[in-house]
Amino acid sequence: MTGELGFIVNDLMPALMRGLWMSIRLIVPSAVLGFFLGVLAGSCRVYGVRALRWPADLYVALFRGFPLLVQLYIWYFGLPRIGIYLSPYVASVVGFSLCSGAYHSEYIRGALLSIKKGQLQAAQAVGMTRLQTILYVILPQAVRRALPGCGNEIIYLIKYSSLAYMVTCIELTGEGKIIASATFKYTEVFAVVGVIYLALVSVASWALGKIEDRLTIPGFEYHRA
Amino acid sequence: MTTATDSAPVLTVEGIRKSFGNKEILGGVDLSIRRGEIKVLIGPSGAGKSTLLQSINFLVMPDAGRICLEGRPVDPSDRKGLCLYRQQVGMIFQEFNLFDHLTALGNVEIGLVRVKKMKRSQARERAMAELERVGLGVHAHKYPAELSGGQKQRVSIARALALDPKVMLLDEPTSALDPELIGEVHAVIRDLGAAGMTMIMATHQIGFARALADEIIFMENGVVIEQGPPDKILDDADCERTREFCTKITELGGR
Ligand SMILES: Nc1ncnc2c1ncn2[C@@H]1O[C@H](COP(=O)(O)OP(=O)(O)OP(=O)(O)O)[C@@H](O)[C@H]1O
Ligand SMILES: [Mg+2]
Repeated sequence: MTGELGFIVNDLMPALMRGLWMSIRLIVPSAVLGFFLGVLAGSCRVYGVRALRWPADLYVALFRGFPLLVQLYIWYFGLPRIGIYLSPYVASVVGFSLCSGAYHSEYIRGALLSIKKGQLQAAQAVGMTRLQTILYVILPQAVRRALPGCGNEIIYLIKYSSLAYMVTCIELTGEGKIIASATFKYTEVFAVVGVIYLALVSVASWALGKIEDRLTIPGFEYHRA
Repeated sequence: MTTATDSAPVLTVEGIRKSFGNKEILGGVDLSIRRGEIKVLIGPSGAGKSTLLQSINFLVMPDAGRICLEGRPVDPSDRKGLCLYRQQVGMIFQEFNLFDHLTALGNVEIGLVRVKKMKRSQARERAMAELERVGLGVHAHKYPAELSGGQKQRVSIARALALDPKVMLLDEPTSALDPELIGEVHAVIRDLGAAGMTMIMATHQIGFARALADEIIFMENGVVIEQGPPDKILDDADCERTREFCTKITELGGR
């Protein structure tokens, strides 16, 4: 095979598939870790004692305030100054999880605040402790309400995962950049890269929709367009 | 109607005071109830009935006063002891407050599993029995959003009963219900009374109060004005203010 098609099949796709695999390895753990961090931080901010509330508030303020790229530079280039060396991959996952967790915590916090006081009172009235109330009554409801927002955050994560190549973790965008610079075929390369992200996002939306369906119970329906 | 025979009180409330801001809502309320007794709280809106009931199981922290269950004072600063105490005091809310993410069965089961640490299968059996007791066995797997108001309130009664409470506190259990649904909830409460459950209930349903109560307590502005047998308080009260209120409310609600 020669010409454009040959280039795409023989040179571009193998590299991009390698990159795609790295992207997936970045996105999946970051999405999971970020979500749990968000639940933890959100819960501390709403129901925590003072000593938990202010660190959680500070965390969210910092990680929503700093540009993500700056955060990645700090993890990868900054930490070695104090003797902590993270691999490009680990630095990226840490950066994405922490940043994503800060955003998730906002959705979780909103959902927690929307839970009616009567739910709390009823839990207390049957003799639950504060922790039991949060774990078994408040969070199961709040997570359901937060799911559409959190799903949206995961979709964003897929796209900002492309910043990993700035700290030399060569994922989909990084592989594309290398080939494009070598061949000057920017248009072709990034058109294909774009389509792959679009496919990733579509698959993720579908999967998130499935999760929502699984968790949907009467009284907690989502009205998707 | 049940007659109280046991002489030692199950629950005593002494000098409960509560202010919100600088507004005094409860101005020192005393109350004591023996096993199997049913006391009904009446009084105008804002009298402090809900605040009193919520203070009794410390959903509202009283500023002063003492509460004893079977002679033992409750210390609300002891978290464990408070949880244990609350298991023994069933609470029924005006707005039902069922856990929205759990089925009827799940609502009744959760206290048994999480609080009483009962085995899941055992808890399920007990929860099912309680639902059947309130006539909801067939609706066990429905979520609150799929139940009528009357059914929700009956689930909430089953939820409280599953924990074997020594006293039940009912805060206007039927005032959020459509008139045609009130009867089914009243029937369940009547059965409870007949089975010897000790209850303190706030209500505006004067006919129901008359039929059920051993004693009616009239409250206003955060204090007990007068208490006594239903016929005495409702028809022939000593205090002018009680008479005025009871006349008005019996005219409205009928006997
Ligand atoms: N959390 C609170 N903060 C401030 N004020 C409160 C609070 N809870 C109750 N109050 C006030 O306390 C007063 C008594 O309220 P409560 O609900 O106990 O009355 P009630 O006798 O139950 O009336 P109703 O028949 O309308 O239910 C009211 O004036 C109410 O506005
Ligand atoms: Mg009230």
